[in-house]
Amino acid sequence: MLRRASGLLARPILAARARPFSTDLPAAQTADATFVEAWKKVIPNMDPPKTPLSFMQPRPPTPSSIPSKLTVNFVLPYASELATKEVDMVIVPATTGQMGVLPGHVATIAELKPGVLSVHEGNEVTKYFISSGFAFIHANSFADVIAVEAVPLDRIDASLVQKGLAEFTQKLSSATTDLEKAEAQIGIDVHSALNSTLTG
Amino acid sequence: MASNAAVPFWRAAGMTYITYSNICANLVRNCLKEPYKTEALAREKVHFSISKWTDGKPEKPNDV
Repeated sequence: MLRRASGLLARPILAARARPFSTDLPAAQTADATFVEAWKKVIPNMDPPKTPLSFMQPRPPTPSSIPSKLTVNFVLPYASELATKEVDMVIVPATTGQMGVLPGHVATIAELKPGVLSVHEGNEVTKYFISSGFAFIHANSFADVIAVEAVPLDRIDASLVQKGLAEFTQKLSSATTDLEKAEAQIGIDVHSALNSTLTG
Repeated sequence: MASNAAVPFWRAAGMTYITYSNICANLVRNCLKEPYKTEALAREKVHFSISKWTDGKPEKPNDV
């Protein structure tokens, strides 16, 4: 009994050493191997059905040398703005400040604050104002930016921004509960970010 | 490692990230220029109907 226990203990340790970090995973398998084996054992004559895993594209592996372009996926709940677009650099408005992402950037997850996302491709720069969201940068120079609302800068109305800023500044001074204060503060943050985008 | 790093002000006030994100998105939508503003607000409209149940039977629903 004790001999079996040492055998059981040895296996998990081996598995842990073989796969240290999830960022170093090789390209994911396209077919679910264990499912296919189990199917063939029970029903050897029929082809196994395709599982969702086989429909997914495998994650592109991390290349050994830094690629020359960054591949960006920029998605919104109702549309996909940029889908696997190859660019030179993107600047994302992270809560810790404007973060520039170049090919070969270290894998990062960044929470975004209301601000401007700029996509640099050759000489052209496309800017979007993002309301909030997340940016996932993977080790293989793929960046996924997700936002709830993103607008090109020329769709923002300056007078409405000024009005909103004044309204929320006034709401902050008259707010009583914590929740009202937080909402007023959010309003001020968003409108001042919009304001500085339009003027800066 | 700090277990309770400085929480954002909205989390301290009891708001969740989803609420915060939706408020930010609504504020941005309200600051758009005209045709885009009506499109955005129409796109985000949600219809739902609420009905209260008593004694295992639903009463007439209210539409919102």
